[in-house]
Order: sequence, then C-alpha cells, then structure tokens
Amino acid sequence: MSYIAPILPEIIVGLGAIILMMVAAFVRRASLITHWAAIGILIAACFALIGAPQEAGRVFGGMFAADGFAAFGKVIIYLSAAVAIVAAHGWFDQDFEHGAEYPVLILLSSVGASVMVSATDLMMLYVGLELQSLSAYVLASYRRSDERSAEAGLKYFVLGALASGILLYGISLLYGFTGTTYFDGIAAAFRTDAGSIGLTFGLVFTLAGIAFKIAAVPFHMWTPDVYEGAPTPVTAFFASGPKIAALLLGTRVCLEAMGPATDAWRQIVIFAALASIFLGAVAAYGQTNIKRLLAYSSINNVGFVMIGIAAGGEGGGTSVLFYSAVYVVMTLGAFLCVLRMRDVDGRPVESLESLSGLSQTRPGLAAALAIFMFSLAGIPPLFGFWPKLMVFTAAVDAGLIALAVAGIIGTVVGAYYYIKIVKIMYFDAPVGEPYARVRAPVETALIALAAILVSPLGYLLIGPLGRLSANAASVF
Amino acid sequence: MIALLAFYLFATLTIASAVLVVFARNPVHSVLWLIVAFFNAAGLMLLTGAEFIAMLLVIVYVGAVAVLFLFVVMMLDIDFAQLRSGVTRNLPFGLLIALVLLAEIVIAVSAYRAGPVFERGAAAPAANAVPNIEALGHELYSRYLLPFELAGLILLVAMIGAIVLTHRSRGDGRRQNASRQIARRPEDAVKIAKPQVGQGVEL
Repeated sequence: MSYIAPILPEIIVGLGAIILMMVAAFVRRASLITHWAAIGILIAACFALIGAPQEAGRVFGGMFAADGFAAFGKVIIYLSAAVAIVAAHGWFDQDFEHGAEYPVLILLSSVGASVMVSATDLMMLYVGLELQSLSAYVLASYRRSDERSAEAGLKYFVLGALASGILLYGISLLYGFTGTTYFDGIAAAFRTDAGSIGLTFGLVFTLAGIAFKIAAVPFHMWTPDVYEGAPTPVTAFFASGPKIAALLLGTRVCLEAMGPATDAWRQIVIFAALASIFLGAVAAYGQTNIKRLLAYSSINNVGFVMIGIAAGGEGGGTSVLFYSAVYVVMTLGAFLCVLRMRDVDGRPVESLESLSGLSQTRPGLAAALAIFMFSLAGIPPLFGFWPKLMVFTAAVDAGLIALAVAGIIGTVVGAYYYIKIVKIMYFDAPVGEPYARVRAPVETALIALAAILVSPLGYLLIGPLGRLSANAASVF
Repeated sequence: MIALLAFYLFATLTIASAVLVVFARNPVHSVLWLIVAFFNAAGLMLLTGAEFIAMLLVIVYVGAVAVLFLFVVMMLDIDFAQLRSGVTRNLPFGLLIALVLLAEIVIAVSAYRAGPVFERGAAAPAANAVPNIEALGHELYSRYLLPFELAGLILLVAMIGAIVLTHRSRGDGRRQNASRQIARRPEDAVKIAKPQVGQGVEL
C-alpha cells in the first residue's frame, strides 16, 4: 500500500471524477449534486495532502515527487478548482444540458495539474500536461452555442497542440542526448557536459513549450482570445489552477532538471519575464473588455513569477510559491467580481464602460474590485505588494540587480491600467442601467474572504505562509 | 530455410501490392491493395523479431488508418481519372522526387554503416531472451504504471469532451417507450368495422 498513499490526492480526485461522471449520466438534473460533491472531493483531496506519505519524496521509481513543493501547489490547484466550480453555479442556465459534466472536467483537469507539479520525469510531465490541457480545451468551448466560446476552444486546441508538439520535440532531444527521462539523470548529464548543442536545443524547446502553457511572452498570443471567449468561471480556472501548475512545473524543470545549466536557461527566462511584464502592461492599455484586460494582467503577473524562477535556488523557489498563492487569491477575487457583472436579464456584461459609477450603484462590489486591482498592481498597503517585494529581493540576492530594477519599472507601468479601472468605478458618472443583483451567498462570502486576505490584514499571513513556502521550497 | 522462403514471399507481395496501389484504376481497390501491403509489411516485421511493431501495424494501420482511408475515398466524389490525366506532364517532376528519395536512402545507409552519430547515452536494448511484447507489457505495468493509467484518464476526457461538445437531446427525437407500448390495448387502437356490400367505411 506504500505506493498508493503518496498519490492519494490524485486517486481521490480521479476516482471522484469517474463516479460523478456516472452520476451525471444516469441521474436527472444532477447538476446540483455533482457541483457540491466535486467541491467535497476537492476539499477531501486537500486533507489527503496532510501527513507523512506526502513527504515520501520520489515514488514510482523516481517519476513522481511527493514533497512539500508539490503539496503546496496541489492545495492551490484544488482550492482554485473548487472556487471555479462554485463560480459556475449561477453561471450556466438552469436548464443547461451538460451542466452536470462541468465539475467532472474541472476535476480531471485538476488531476492533470496536480500530476504536473509532482512530475520528476519527462513522461510524467507530458502526461499530466496533456490531461490538464485536454480538459481545458473542452471547458473553453463549453458554451458551444456561443460563437466566441467555440472560437476560444478551437484556438486553444490548435495552438495548444502546436505547443505540445514543440514540448515533445524538446523532450525527445533531451531524452536522445541524455538517455534518460528522469530529472535527476538529466541534471547529471547537464553537469558532465553543459555545453552540448543537443542538450541546449532540448532545453530551449522544452522551455518554449512550457512558456506557452503559462502564457509567457512571446507565446502569449492565445491568452486574450481564449480568456475572453471562454465562459467566465472557466476563465477564472484557467487563470488560477492550471497556470500555477504550469508555473511550478517550469520551476521544477528549471531548478531541478536543468539546475546545473542555469546559465543556459537563465537568459531565456529573464527575457520571457521582462517581455511578459512589459507587454502585459502596455497591451492592456487599449482593452475595453474586462476579461481581456485580466488576461493581460495574468501575462503581466506571470512575468513577475518568472523573475523568481530566474533568481533560482531556495530563495527564488520560496518567492515563486508565495507569489503564486497571493496571485491566485487576487485573480479569483477579481473574476468573482466580474461574474457579478450581469444586466437585468442576467446576461453577462464585460465592457469596462459598464463599470462606470459602480461606487454609487454597488459600493460593496466596487470596493472589492478596487482592492483586487490595487493589490494586483502591487500598491503597498495591500497584500499584493509583498510577493512582488519577495520576488525582487530574491532577484537581488541572486545578483540580478538589473532584472529587479527593470521589474520594478514594469510594476509602475502596469499600475496605470489597474488604477484606470478604479478611476472608472469611482470618478465616472454611471452609464446605462446598473447591474442586476444576484443572490449568491457563497460567492459573496468568497469575494469578501479574498478581499480580506489581500487587504492589509493579509500581512498577518506573512509569517505562516512564508514558513510554509520556505519549507516547500527547501527541496531545491 | 522456411524463414528465407517467408521473407521472399512477404517481400514480393509487399512490393507487388504497393505497385498495385499505384496502378489500380478504382481508388477503393487501391486502398484494399494498401491493406494487403500493410499485412505483408507486418509479416516482414515478424521475421525480424519485432512482433510488437507487427501487431501495431496491423491494429493501427489496417484497423484504423486504412479503414479511414476507405471511408474518405468512398465519401468524397473525386474523379480520379481526371486527376491522373496530368501524368505525362508531371512525370519529370515525379522522377525528380524519386531521385531525391533514392539519394537520401543511399546517404542514410552509408551514414548508418559509418557508425552511430551519438554514441553516448543510448539506452541498451532489451535482452533477447524476453519477447518484446512481454518486455513492453512488463514495463508498462510496473515502471510506467502511473503514466499508463493517466493515459487512460486522458482517453476518458476525450470521450467526455466529445459527448459534451456534440450531444444534444433534441425535442423531436422519437424514442421507444416500452411501457406505453405494452399498456396499449386493442380497444384503443383497432376498430373493427363490418361494412355492407357497396357501401364505404366511415373512419
């Protein structure tokens, strides 16, 4: 039984998904059952992460790591999946035909994402990535009668398949030149002969494939379209769980498998990080759709996390984990607010214009969204400032002072459009009719919780969260 | 002796059926000859001791790819006679491509004879004592158990996705309702009339 305990969370979520699939197939109007059962399954999986087996280290012959780093990532993934399911509850119409299958796909995607953060083998990495992405493609086009949703799904699928091809090409080069798919073996090969052209090619292609999955510039072009077209709860999920999984996967690949070749990948990661920060900040200026804007915001934030990856070592790893945790809270909060943007008929509204004067019509919602925007911008009294500080500190400690300075400039550039939203909400006169009020106590509670977490009260968490992330990053 | 005989049998049939793929007038016959070629190629693989690839060739190529070809050929209304009419015009181009392929084969064979390109790190092949299907099965269910099971989940996602994205229950679907059929009485459905000669029936 020793080999079941380390993968218990995955087994719970995977088997749960299969059982819920049967429920969805045979029970009429199963939507309510599967939604709440899926949330229960995800919380159970979080509890399964506690305990000694989760510190077992390498299992399955070294393919799968059950360590603190993976457990930290899995908690983020499962909780954000649960939030995405809660968010979907009022979203799909009451008689939406396949509403019951939505949590099933989210669960399967979460299994893939959690395998990604645990993978210490290229095959494991690829299988996890595909499981996660394939479910994501389906989720993106979930409202198939909506043209934009279908377009988003198709675009995501085609470009995702291309990225998988690039990644596989890199993997096959790495395997061909090292003779092993294990991260340890690859690291050993890099140690003995770091200058090999073949290894470098493999490294570049693998990183390019991963950069696509985390939507880092220059592989970001799919993000705004997919985030805009996909149903909003699905977009919230894309921007949180799978994105963090891919980021942590990239961290593990860079620091563990390619650790001895730091000089080779550092420049690539630094370029992608800075390009993401600046493009994410500049391209968001002209956007009029809040979901597109949040897509660029996610590109921008990924850039900051990649500064942590570039810093490397335990300090870099800690900052990556800390940033990921805070980023997920801010992003999910922002998307939950976006979900509240409905007109009188309950149809979603996505234009920035419709936000004007929100502080007069819906002061609570406006305050929450303002907190998330200020926090995403990294403005000091709010909690979003702290992870940015940690990332820059890690970069300075690693001797990358120029990178830290460029990142800080990028923060200032990006602050513009976050503050623009606050300005629209607080200083513009209301245009058109106000949003309809939605009765959804769970979502309201989640928005309030997220707002409290990223408010200055969140600073109380610096101690415990910092200890947890430092402990988790001690594997590097 | 029998192996040599089998080799010549399979090789000749492979080449012959490959030629027939090109020269058959009817495209459906072409695809059928292609299937024959696949079977014989699988036989060649068996002779070299690669029984797994042989099975794969039969299952994947004959079972899936060729059948798919057949579907496409039968569904599309392509005038193959017209497609072929340009043979003489395109002959020089075709010969050029054939020449390039031949040159590539010669270069590849001579490069292979010169020794491996990258010696280091190549994984050792499995020992001959274990048949390779058995060796693969053993690896699949021991070392690669977890990725293998996850691959199953990926297939499940593909199935769920296909159903979710394409299935819709239509209002005008005519499903069989067994209980209604059984509950139907003759009195409701049948009317017995005894018409007089020369008079019609009122319905």
